[in-house]
Amino acid sequence: MLARNAESLYWIGRYVERADDTARILDVSVHQLLEDATIDVDAVARRLLGVMGVDPGTDEPLDAFSLTEVLAYSTATLGSIVSSISSARENARGAREVVSSEMFECLNATWNALPERQRYARWVGPHAFFSYIEDRAAMFSGLAASTMSRDDSWRFYLLGRSVERVDMVVRLLLSRVSDRMSSPGWLSVLRSAGAQDTYLRTYRGAVDAVRVAQFMLMDRLFPRSVFYSLREAETCLQQLDQRPTARVGAKAEALRLLGRARSELEFLRPEELLDDLPAQLLSLQETIQKVGEAVSLQFFHAAPWVAWTAPEVV
Amino acid sequence: MTPVSRAVDRRPARAGGKPAQDDGTAAAAGAGTNGAGRVTGSALFDGYLEPDRPHPDAFDEMFNADGSVRAPYRHLHDAIAPTAAADLAARSEALDRAYMDQGITFSLSGKERPFPLDIVPRVISASEWSRLQRGIVQRVKALEAFLADVYNDAQIVRDGVLPRRLITSCEHFKRAAHLLNPPNGVRIHVAGIDLVRDQEGTFRVLEDNLRNPSGVSYVMENRRTMARVFPDLFTRQRVRAVADYSTHLLHALRAAAAPNVADPTVVVLTPGVYNSAYFEHSLLARQMGVELVEGRDLFCRDNVLYMRTTEGEQQVDVVYRRIDDDFLDPLQFTPTSVLGVAGIMNAARAGNVVIANAVGNGVGDDKLVYTYVPQMIKYYLDEKPVIPNVTTFRCWLDEERGHVLDRLDELVLKPVEGSGGYGILFGPNATAKELQKARKAIRDDPRGWIAQPVVQLSTVPTKVDDRLVPRHVDLRPFAVNDGEDVFVLPGGLTRVALPKGSLVVNSSQGGGSKDTWVLAASRSSEAERELGERGIASSAPARGPAAEQGPELTLGQQQQQQQQQQQQRQQQGRQVQELGGMRQEQVMG
Repeated sequence: MLARNAESLYWIGRYVERADDTARILDVSVHQLLEDATIDVDAVARRLLGVMGVDPGTDEPLDAFSLTEVLAYSTATLGSIVSSISSARENARGAREVVSSEMFECLNATWNALPERQRYARWVGPHAFFSYIEDRAAMFSGLAASTMSRDDSWRFYLLGRSVERVDMVVRLLLSRVSDRMSSPGWLSVLRSAGAQDTYLRTYRGAVDAVRVAQFMLMDRLFPRSVFYSLREAETCLQQLDQRPTARVGAKAEALRLLGRARSELEFLRPEELLDDLPAQLLSLQETIQKVGEAVSLQFFHAAPWVAWTAPEVV
Repeated sequence: MTPVSRAVDRRPARAGGKPAQDDGTAAAAGAGTNGAGRVTGSALFDGYLEPDRPHPDAFDEMFNADGSVRAPYRHLHDAIAPTAAADLAARSEALDRAYMDQGITFSLSGKERPFPLDIVPRVISASEWSRLQRGIVQRVKALEAFLADVYNDAQIVRDGVLPRRLITSCEHFKRAAHLLNPPNGVRIHVAGIDLVRDQEGTFRVLEDNLRNPSGVSYVMENRRTMARVFPDLFTRQRVRAVADYSTHLLHALRAAAAPNVADPTVVVLTPGVYNSAYFEHSLLARQMGVELVEGRDLFCRDNVLYMRTTEGEQQVDVVYRRIDDDFLDPLQFTPTSVLGVAGIMNAARAGNVVIANAVGNGVGDDKLVYTYVPQMIKYYLDEKPVIPNVTTFRCWLDEERGHVLDRLDELVLKPVEGSGGYGILFGPNATAKELQKARKAIRDDPRGWIAQPVVQLSTVPTKVDDRLVPRHVDLRPFAVNDGEDVFVLPGGLTRVALPKGSLVVNSSQGGGSKDTWVLAASRSSEAERELGERGIASSAPARGPAAEQGPELTLGQQQQQQQQQQQQRQQQGRQVQELGGMRQEQVMG
């Protein structure tokens, strides 16, 4: 398929997932800021912005509402919900022939309704906006799952979604690593990922920081865990790469990076995960960044060998 | 719509009584300053303290008698007063919709309705709460000691503090539980202590619930929903969180298991989906991550309790049962019960399973036994009760019965075994015939009745139609006993009587509920946190990389595409001009 379209699909996957995850993280964090009497609102808000890679842009104390302003509504913040949805829609507009019309309509309608939803949320509270984004993202991925044939276009979309998911879960965990082991913040990690019910059923017990980190990073069955997403991304890459298998080493750089990160998690002793969690998370984050570069180099910007034949012969 | 209430939030809080007025609503608010309703400048509170309202002596929790706002409610009042009535109605509708969507409903005469949650929270100050908490812990400890005593050698009876017939005549005294001592000694794993505020504003205990106190799910859901629908109310003051109740409950249940069980299996036993509290049972099971079972999922063999699973039988160590004693074990109690598990009492006696709350707790929350709780506190703990009881006349004591029969038209008569607000007779509202019938009932069964003076429950502003009016409330805090500490959930279920002048708050009698806020003393500092437990890492990384961005699709391309279009247009224009020129030339020619 056309490299440009493949790139668009990859980024649609990433942007929609980013909007969804940001909404989920904010939904839980904002309400925690409002409800929990024991936390320092400004520090928590700044830490979250820092981990999301966003500059707060002000020295005034932040509260739940200004946090929402920056990370959800602002068009100036790269990575805010609004700008992610806009970018996703921009990509879909340029690749309409490979995106099913239902998917495009869903994305376009979401984008069109953003100003109205923002107004409404400013009135009744940010939850309305977050749940709107979560709903639409779920609808979009449902439409993608039911209207795209499982060819390369699907694989690029899925690759983007999985890579972004890893990135966001890592950021989510990074925002919590300094919380106390028994802090209710760990429950909110699970809630952000929609993992609360599954986790509680799996571990039948009180929320415990070590297990939450293990669950979010290493669980083999939960679709939003880092391990699961890495494996999904790896499978996509394997199927996308048509070249014959190399005798030595990995076929491509992106595949090598993903496979290494995945197997590190797969064969890590669960108790060793906690030895230096921040370092592990940071190295995962770095890997994801490199994977992004490698994928775009391999598939989207592969510089072909170009030559002009001089018309000297004539 | 302008963000009315948020615009106000940003301002510094002003002194009570005169709410901050937003420009958008100033006109509406200004209309509210007439004679009777001089409590506030807001139309919402118009005529709030009118003198001819029913029970004008009741203690209002938001306003002093002179119309000024009490300290704990100041921020809340300032946040709500400038809100437009239409805005309030929209929020209230959003609350209802949130409850319908989540399936938090109850059926009233066959129709599913959202559980009525009022939009105005009830506030308890930090100092009031710390006293209440001490009082509740004291009461639970005394009652725990009392239950342990009466199901063993009843020392309190031998010492002549309580008459033996008080216990033996109690319907909920279960002989089957005699000498059945749970492994960690806890019988009251969960208690709900009903409190009311009298005319002076003093909290008093109205009754104890030691069997299956329900309503804690509403405490958690009310908070969650309020924070979603009315987030701006929370920004001015810190409210203590209630969401970790299930963690404490699970901890207490696991601690209750026999000491030889390393990883106890806990289950929640429900009567089934048709029970009115089924939502609560499923919520607790879900939050604790334990199995929600019905009687038919369990069976006993050789004094061991098992549940049927797809992987065979699994032993159950702790049962948090939400079934009444009488239905729990057909072998011991009602033989026709299909809700319970045959043989569970014997399994408990053999020490193979722990039943929470314990069988026979009803002897501690009988309304007649209630009148003796202050003596129990003195006898077992050698302390004075922190929270007083409501004055109660006991019909089984001759002199008090005479008093009740004489003044029945001024008293509230309650059946000792009653719950859910059934069978209560309000003397002042009763007809002569009803009073006559009640007197006969008292003479026939003096043990079955107690009488109390009419307690004018305190009032809190409540949304009725498009105004806020005083409605009477009570409070049910929940306490969880894990054997070492008694945890009291900060807050509790505030029930509110919605009909005008009504003093009955039960939801089966048309009651609603309010989110209950216990204010935090002060925000705990970072330093305090560091003294506590350590996190996985000492500090979070300061700044992560910015989110990666895809190629700029729009700008460059758009410009070029537009340029191209412009060029085309210019070319076309030139052609038209040229054509025009030609035409002109033709005309000229």
